[in-house]
Amino acid sequence: MRLVVDLNRCQGYAQCAFLAPDVFAMHGDESLLYNPQPDEEHRENVVRAVHACPVRAILLDAMNGSLSSAEARGER
Amino acid sequence: MSGDSALERLKREGRIVVVGASLAGLRAAETMREKGFAGSLTMIGDEPYEPYDRPPLSKQVLLGKATADRTALPRRRDIDAKWRLGVPATGLDMTARRVKLADGDEVEYDRLLIATGVRARPWPNEEEAALEGVFTLRTRDDGAALERRLAAGPRRVLVIGAGFTGSEIASACRERDLPVTVAERGAGPLVGALGGVIGEVAAGMHRDNGVDLRTGVMVTGLEGDSSGQVRAAHLSDGSLVEADVVIVSLGAQRNTDWLAGSGLGAGPRGIACDAGCRAFNIWGIVTDDVFVAGDVARSPHALFGYQFLSLEHWGNAVAQAETAAHNMLSEGVDRRPHVWIPAFWSSQFGVNIKSVGVPSMGNEILITQGSRDERRFVGVYGYQGRVIGAVTFDQCRWLDFYEQQIEHTAPFPLPFTTVDRRSEGNKPLDADFPDPSVPTHGPTITLSGYSPADRQMTFTPAHN
Repeated sequence: MRLVVDLNRCQGYAQCAFLAPDVFAMHGDESLLYNPQPDEEHRENVVRAVHACPVRAILLDAMNGSLSSAEARGER
Repeated sequence: MSGDSALERLKREGRIVVVGASLAGLRAAETMREKGFAGSLTMIGDEPYEPYDRPPLSKQVLLGKATADRTALPRRRDIDAKWRLGVPATGLDMTARRVKLADGDEVEYDRLLIATGVRARPWPNEEEAALEGVFTLRTRDDGAALERRLAAGPRRVLVIGAGFTGSEIASACRERDLPVTVAERGAGPLVGALGGVIGEVAAGMHRDNGVDLRTGVMVTGLEGDSSGQVRAAHLSDGSLVEADVVIVSLGAQRNTDWLAGSGLGAGPRGIACDAGCRAFNIWGIVTDDVFVAGDVARSPHALFGYQFLSLEHWGNAVAQAETAAHNMLSEGVDRRPHVWIPAFWSSQFGVNIKSVGVPSMGNEILITQGSRDERRFVGVYGYQGRVIGAVTFDQCRWLDFYEQQIEHTAPFPLPFTTVDRRSEGNKPLDADFPDPSVPTHGPTITLSGYSPADRQMTFTPAHN
């Protein structure tokens, strides 16, 4: 599972840090630190966080898995 | 035949090549597929990795809270591309419409997007740069190597350059309780991007967090021991800093070398393009099949005097990529301009720093809210009587408001009072940007039009 937070949008509401504390954490009053590739076990909490974000700043992978090695070698 | 125009053919069976497989390249590719591009799409990247996110490298990765090999960017959708990773592009033939690759291969295109970004500026002395323990921080490999070295507990870290990346590195080192010295050629941290008034606040943050901050000094040389491990740095004030890790944080260089001789308007300041992301050739004539996006592009912006802006900003890479992708699949009046308001963030010493507009274009600053002593404030930049930029320290929710003021070319100083106005916000201060002719660490925004420091022109007023 991959995610990225658009920190231009993020306004430090900290909803994600409440809902998925193993993935998102506040660093100081406003800054957000997050794990860009959390383990699958956190998915349910991350999905909650995505929907709870008041500024919709969290982008969660729309695809499962990553490039296959064949794809990465340009064989398709 | 109107039923099968060139554009429709391009969308159906055209060949689009994207050089640069990072944030801008990926988002452009996704946008093209979203808009119905069904032809072949080739993604060329010099690193062996699929697109990953860089901002965490100087923050959570250095803090050990995420690992560098796990910052791959999420995908908005499948892009069904042919990936050529780990193979740099080495040349461009605009007549034959081919991109040359380092492995000797050539890839033909109908439309090309260049999103090759920037690389870290290396330490100028190659022998010293090759010493064990000397780092730059730009790539995933850089981040992984540096984190490993910091985790091993060096005796002292030296950071050369106190721009955003250098300051974030220093902050991470202090959080790991490592002794750190920062050497900055300018008068303070962040002065290139935000000016001396804010630089003073940033300097206070460094010092209060135990950073040995040296300003107004240059590192004149690095010294290694017999095993080739860096041991010390010589400073221009005659002092010596003993350090076993040195991080060179002197800004970035644009990846345009591979375009030399191609006839494209590309150089050290990036690739010039129109507001629709179409690249200029060396004659200043717009191409219609070569597009650029992200850190490597520089394009005119109506709000900032039509100066060519080149932005090393995450959000710009996303927005410009989307516009470039749209325009690559459009013609004439359907094309749209990239007129994104510059915006960036940094996080250091537990303080959230965000900015909109072009602060470095301003010459005055007004603290409209909060106070610099508390490191919680809004600073608004003025230029010739209008609002041109704003910066917040732990006050990010105000930024939307100031962004609107910039968009509406609101007068400066602002005619209205705001909440939390303090006495220091009663009148504007000189923003104290360094003389552009004096080198300092690079600002993240470059006004790449005519520079007053280039004394190549003489202005002769007309007389009647």
